[in-house]
Amino acid sequence: MVERTPFLNFFTHLILFVGFVFCVAPFVVVAIAASHNLKDVNDVPMSLLPGSDFWVNIKTAWTTADLGPKLLNSFIMAAGVAAGKVIISALTAFSIVYFRYPGRTLIFWLIFVTLMLPLEVRIVPTYAVVADVLSPYQAILDVTGISWLIEKVSGVRVSLSLGLLNSYTGLIMPLIATATGTFLYRQFFLTVPDELTEAARMDGAGPLRFFIDILLPLSRNNMAALGTIMFLWAWNQYLWPLLITTDQSHATAVTELKQLIPNVGGIPEWNIAMAGTLIVMLPPLIVVVAMQRWFVRGLIATEK
Amino acid sequence: MASITIRGVKKNYAKTQVVHGVDLDFASGEFVVILGPSGCGKSTLLRMIAGLEDISDGTIAIDDTVVNKLEPRERGCAMVFQNYALYPHMSVAQNIGYSLKVSGVPSAERSQRIQAVARTLELEQLLDRKPMALSGGQRQRVAMGRAMIREPKVFLFDEPLSNLDAKLRVQMRSEIRKLHRRLNATSVFVTHDQVEAMTLADRLVVMNGGRVEQVGTPGEIYSRPASRFVATFVGAPAMNILEGTVELDGLSLLGGSRRLAMARAGLPVGTKVAMGIRPEAVRLVAPGTPGALSAAVDLVEELGAGRVIYVDLDGAPFSVMTSEAIHPEPGSTVGLKISPEDMHFFSSETGSRLDVFKASVSEPAL
Repeated sequence: MVERTPFLNFFTHLILFVGFVFCVAPFVVVAIAASHNLKDVNDVPMSLLPGSDFWVNIKTAWTTADLGPKLLNSFIMAAGVAAGKVIISALTAFSIVYFRYPGRTLIFWLIFVTLMLPLEVRIVPTYAVVADVLSPYQAILDVTGISWLIEKVSGVRVSLSLGLLNSYTGLIMPLIATATGTFLYRQFFLTVPDELTEAARMDGAGPLRFFIDILLPLSRNNMAALGTIMFLWAWNQYLWPLLITTDQSHATAVTELKQLIPNVGGIPEWNIAMAGTLIVMLPPLIVVVAMQRWFVRGLIATEK
Repeated sequence: MASITIRGVKKNYAKTQVVHGVDLDFASGEFVVILGPSGCGKSTLLRMIAGLEDISDGTIAIDDTVVNKLEPRERGCAMVFQNYALYPHMSVAQNIGYSLKVSGVPSAERSQRIQAVARTLELEQLLDRKPMALSGGQRQRVAMGRAMIREPKVFLFDEPLSNLDAKLRVQMRSEIRKLHRRLNATSVFVTHDQVEAMTLADRLVVMNGGRVEQVGTPGEIYSRPASRFVATFVGAPAMNILEGTVELDGLSLLGGSRRLAMARAGLPVGTKVAMGIRPEAVRLVAPGTPGALSAAVDLVEELGAGRVIYVDLDGAPFSVMTSEAIHPEPGSTVGLKISPEDMHFFSSETGSRLDVFKASVSEPAL
């Protein structure tokens, strides 16, 4: 029931306003701090009137942390994760919802279990695998004695190795392999009427044709929602990029922010740090604003 | 054009059997309607012909080719679904042309054929619209167009009119009939609506509980129902059934309160039978007329052209349909006259028609 009285109107708006202030206040403080000079930003309490050094600080932050290439790295990683997720999740969900094959339930639960094992939990084995993708296969060969056999017979020592540290592939791949997207698609696919599938079969469309011509266009909103969420999530990743990018050329913007945070005993350039933060926050903000319409539709409603 | 031959077809879901051995032959170009209550297996049978359900046992052949193992697209069938099942993201033209696109028809020929189908169905103005922006009747026509464009050997209709309002349903009914006359493709139409079934069918198949009860023209089914189920299912209002027992020189009805004098026709004394009379076959006469039953009026339903009078016949409900301008008051007494040729007899045990019995009714004295 929706009730409308002047008092309730006022009250609900008050709650909304308080919530709004709570959410926005930190950003306002960051923006104000980014506009002060070194002296003003260290005043206690800091003046809440904007200063005049905003563009200077932004420029300093940009050059100090070398944000240009770092933002590009971040963008490649986030876009790669988002795209990979959208594709892989659609395929896995398609397989789980539309096909009956032995082991289907088992696979479904295995995917489900990965929800309980986020990257942070399995970070050591994941690092080991990315450091040498082929090491599990080498281990299998060693344990079964096949590599020993090959060495005896041919004299060639089998030594498989493919390192992905300091590469975009290494940054992106482990972040793609999670189950959230699969479930989002699964829920959507389950709402697609069976008659649509049957109509496609009567029209002569095979499974892949049906997937591409009918299922994917119908899940546009889902893709947008998932893509947006994953872009933000990947953009904000800290631990994983920090761990596997020892080389500056592959570092991401979020990890590089650390460069701007003043060391203990160093010059307290918080205005520069805040300016850097604003720059790094901007791309996700643009993505959210641009995708908002699709994003909300994909999460709350299914097109009839 | 193609004939369909169904032999001993069964359908099991896990342990429950929903279709118990169906044998049917549909001639080429025939319009067959499968009629039955919900859950009688009629849609399952249709979907087995279409190839959307596996056939558990028996064979289905289209034009002498057994199609049990063929994919839907290889069977040459087109289907119109109950909820239309239009692709919501495609325009009307794309919806109609999708099957041609899948089979790789060049786009020039495709649009030509779409235009031709659209002209037949009067959809030319709507070709660029999305299904969302169409009314129920228009969606229905698009669904038909999608089936037509492939020039299928067999048309399958799965209760396609049940989502339309009453007026549109009547209109689409005649359009489907006209369309069939023009295309002359074998059509199988599933419905639970007997008026739809009667008006559309060349031949009617009545199903109940996964079995075929009767196959025949609508006229045959109405005038000579093969079983008690068919008798009560076809016709509105439903046929009146009076339970009775065979006696030495006639039939005792309504627990012995009425007797019907007639020859016994070889049935042993004590056999339970059911006598059926269609409401429209009963004549209303003045109470006390010789040979008439007297009954108390419960309720009168006005239909405009006629009225249905529900009466109480010694505790049993009984309905009479009349087009005469008679308006008996509820609670008053009326006389009912029934001719012997309008009586149908069914075995109480098996429900099947007892024709021997009917022939033996001479002038009944009730």
